[in-house]
Amino acid sequence: MPILTHLEAIRQGIGEEMERDSSVFLLGEDIGVYGGAFKVTEGMLEKFGAERVIDTPISESAIVGAAVGAALVGMRPVVEMQFMDFIACAFDQIVNMAAKIHYRWGAKVPMVIRGPSGAGVHGGPYHSQSNEMWFVHTPGLKVVVPSTAYDAKGLIKAAIRDDNPVIFYEHKYLYRRVKDEVPLEDYVVPIGQAILRREGTDIAVITYGAMVWTALEAAAQLEKEGISLEVLDLRSLLPYDEEAILASVRKCSKVILLHEDTRIGGMAGELAAVIAEKAFDDLDGPIVRVTAPDTPVPFSPPLEDHFLPNARKLAEAARKLASY
Amino acid sequence: MGVKHKTIRPARTSRHDRSGGGEGSRSGAPLARSHDVSRARPLPAADTLLRMLYLLKLTREVEVRIERVLYRQGKIVGGVYVGRGQEAIGVASAIQLVEGDFVLPSHRDLSAYLARGIPLERVLLNWMGRADAPSRGRDNTLHFGDLNKGIIPIVSPLGDTCPVACGLALQFKLRGKRNVALVYFGEGATSRGDVHEAMNFAAVMKLPVIFICNNNGYAYSTPVQKQYAVKDLWRRGPAYGMPGESVDGNDVYAVYSAHQRAIERARKGEGPSFVECKTFRMTGHSAHDAAEYVPAALFKEWEDKDPITRLQSDLLQRRLMTPEALATLHESVRKEVDEAVARAEARPLPDGESANEGVYCGPDCWWGQTRSQAFDV
Amino acid sequence: MPRRPGKLSRADMHRLYYYMLLTRRVEGQLTHLYRQGKVVGGVYSSLGQEAIAVGTAYALEPHDVLGPMIRDSGAMLVRGYRPRDFFLQYMARRDGPTNGRDANTHFGDVTRGVIAPISMLGELVPVLAGVALASKLRAESRVTLTYVGDGAISTTPFHEGMNFAAVQKLPLIVIAENNGWAYSTPVSRQMATSDIAKRAEAYGLPGAIVDGNDVVAVYEATVEAARRARQGDGPSLIEAKTMRMKGHAEHDPATYVPRELLEAWRKKDPILCFERSLIENKLMTPKEKAAIQDRVEATIHEDLDFAESSPLPSPEEAAQLVWA
Repeated sequence: MPILTHLEAIRQGIGEEMERDSSVFLLGEDIGVYGGAFKVTEGMLEKFGAERVIDTPISESAIVGAAVGAALVGMRPVVEMQFMDFIACAFDQIVNMAAKIHYRWGAKVPMVIRGPSGAGVHGGPYHSQSNEMWFVHTPGLKVVVPSTAYDAKGLIKAAIRDDNPVIFYEHKYLYRRVKDEVPLEDYVVPIGQAILRREGTDIAVITYGAMVWTALEAAAQLEKEGISLEVLDLRSLLPYDEEAILASVRKCSKVILLHEDTRIGGMAGELAAVIAEKAFDDLDGPIVRVTAPDTPVPFSPPLEDHFLPNARKLAEAARKLASY
Repeated sequence: MGVKHKTIRPARTSRHDRSGGGEGSRSGAPLARSHDVSRARPLPAADTLLRMLYLLKLTREVEVRIERVLYRQGKIVGGVYVGRGQEAIGVASAIQLVEGDFVLPSHRDLSAYLARGIPLERVLLNWMGRADAPSRGRDNTLHFGDLNKGIIPIVSPLGDTCPVACGLALQFKLRGKRNVALVYFGEGATSRGDVHEAMNFAAVMKLPVIFICNNNGYAYSTPVQKQYAVKDLWRRGPAYGMPGESVDGNDVYAVYSAHQRAIERARKGEGPSFVECKTFRMTGHSAHDAAEYVPAALFKEWEDKDPITRLQSDLLQRRLMTPEALATLHESVRKEVDEAVARAEARPLPDGESANEGVYCGPDCWWGQTRSQAFDV
Repeated sequence: MPRRPGKLSRADMHRLYYYMLLTRRVEGQLTHLYRQGKVVGGVYSSLGQEAIAVGTAYALEPHDVLGPMIRDSGAMLVRGYRPRDFFLQYMARRDGPTNGRDANTHFGDVTRGVIAPISMLGELVPVLAGVALASKLRAESRVTLTYVGDGAISTTPFHEGMNFAAVQKLPLIVIAENNGWAYSTPVSRQMATSDIAKRAEAYGLPGAIVDGNDVVAVYEATVEAARRARQGDGPSLIEAKTMRMKGHAEHDPATYVPRELLEAWRKKDPILCFERSLIENKLMTPKEKAAIQDRVEATIHEDLDFAESSPLPSPEEAAQLVWA
């Protein structure tokens, strides 16, 4: 099986969907001639032409609104935000237009908004945010965050084929750092299904995106100390896989919720609530969160390192919880 | 002051001598327009004119019924926004469309819905929040669309449908169609970034979109001079590199003619146009609003420029219609509204639990699937 | 700090030359530091556009307020920032103007009359309109000035801010730096008209076009706009035509820009042209020129030494100062 980077897998997934379905087209800033700020769409213009790979003015509301319009009449637009931080500029079109159309008047809006998010590359407060929770709190949207190349391809294909607006978070730290085997034959990873990345018995670490790798790193360390971590990769945040979450919690009886996003109002809060509601009797310790602190993402390396959860911080939390 | 009924004539052959406005309105300023649009056109055919009169009267009648009868009887759920006095804009533009074209009306463009053939009863069901309303009671007023009739509805943040119109037009281009999208918004919406981004986007990509501004003098309580500082909004068109035109929005002929030019241009692939239709909001922002901030003289002045009265007078004067036929039309419209109201009132409200359905379009969601079949590729 | 606006004296001319030269050297040094791996994040250059930032900022009074964008280091230098501030900021040091919290030219200081930009383009237009509104409410003679590129013209905040300022007749000057490219997007894909100044008509404002490579022309156009603003005649939009002589940032080789275009603009270099004109018109002797250049070099070296020996922030500082 070919080995692809996270970024190549996304590109391949989009390309295959464009070949398969002529209604798929791309809209975004600098995605054509330039191939995108991170080169996710490199080569697409040459392959599919300027009609299907459209360079736009710097107008995020117009880009997302136009995607809605085209989707309403049978197209499947895939929109790039140059950085997911800029999705704020299109907020109204996403939450008030796209998300509510099906519920309000029954039309479907099959579209994808994708782009790089996350910190770890010294991007500063405007090129590093993990803002997925803005949209997890919006019924009508789906929110997807892959961690592997295989999933990135399978999920982008699923997102493009989905009949609802899907926000697709690509962690920029993973783009060229993560590689894995990606099959050539057609496949999708269904939205809404979590996956166990590592089986364990002592503590379930529930996480998503780049933090999956952090969890695996900590798990490898802790194994030597005799603490067995289970790592559950959510992959989809909206909808999320409640069954898989509860199964892991019941099995390990202790749980750490890990994300790169900040703490208050983060996904961990939602998961803690559902675990408390539905698996309270299975818990042998407090529900623990390991997250970024409630600050903007700072720029200078020592500050950013302090901000980001990492394997060391997770391992510390796990040791404490294990001895509870 | 103002255009008298007799002044109806082949539009665009002379400058419109309208004035008025006064405090609180720049709508009455003499009309200006851009360079390349002044070509005389034949008047619309008699049957088109009669059809337009019917649609104007139907819109007026049902909106009066909604605002002044059903709302007061507590039968309308939520606020009531009507387009009284500005019906000519939706009618004389949307009536020119063909199958596959789209309108994206503002909250005051019921006229455009009716011109696209939406049955009255469906409109009333939505206003009343009934179970089999087009939005199944999920959304109110004109917040419902119909893809098969080419209607995309408004959302409450103003101007948001402008980028959506661009997306429709992108599809027309990608699929090699010659269709157009007409997007309507008030002068208040022109202050919003979505309108700006969309007009620029459409101009750069030469999209077949007509941006139609219903300039009715007030955005809620805000008069136009607090909304923009440019004298005539048509200048926004050339600023983006598209033709801009300001017309008397209460003159069916002028509205018809301006849109004929814009639509023709769009169908030829020459890109978007901007049309400002100067009119007046003959009501408050919504039925709860007495609009005491609007000088009474302005209402009086615009009453004299009523689009329906003007068209009726012209049709009578040119003997395209007899007084008897007019009376008959009036009665039949009233009857049509009576019947639609009665049918809508007989329909049930939705079950509470149905509120949970249809957040997503999925395989088990019959609702979304059936509606958009026509557009699945 | 700038002298009072008016007719430019010989000393003014020398200062303009000094600031342009200083800008170029600061940015040149940043490029050098970037290549040495000492810069954290990207380096954005105003190479070839220095006359705009310097000429506009020099036209303001000390109590006026400006909001620079990414290519206006020159304006910040005129407002009294030192080269060390740029070096510290770009190297993410603790003693930099944001203490390592934010990147590149994202720094400001209200006491210097500088409002910091953010990455989302055009966002400063409404903010500076707000500063102008405060001046109007307090009946101060303060003028505000901000900059947008040809890309930012397509954004929501540019439109909403311009319209608002026009309706309120605010003392705001917006400088549109038309440098031909927004990242990889040429102006022809950004707007359907060739002149940004045309947009002024949409707001009922005067629009002016000025040669952005002519520092005196830029200065004079700004003085005129400031005069209008101070006497209550409202905002102005000045389009300064120039050319971005580098890529979007240091990482971008800008292969999408035709070489001939760069060659043509190289002949119009704002510093060389100004220097030639000063010498030819006997407004600057070769000796004076050498003295200015020496002063620039001395400042650069002193500040570079200072910055390089400054520490990085300590990690715990990341959690501080989220709230005022």
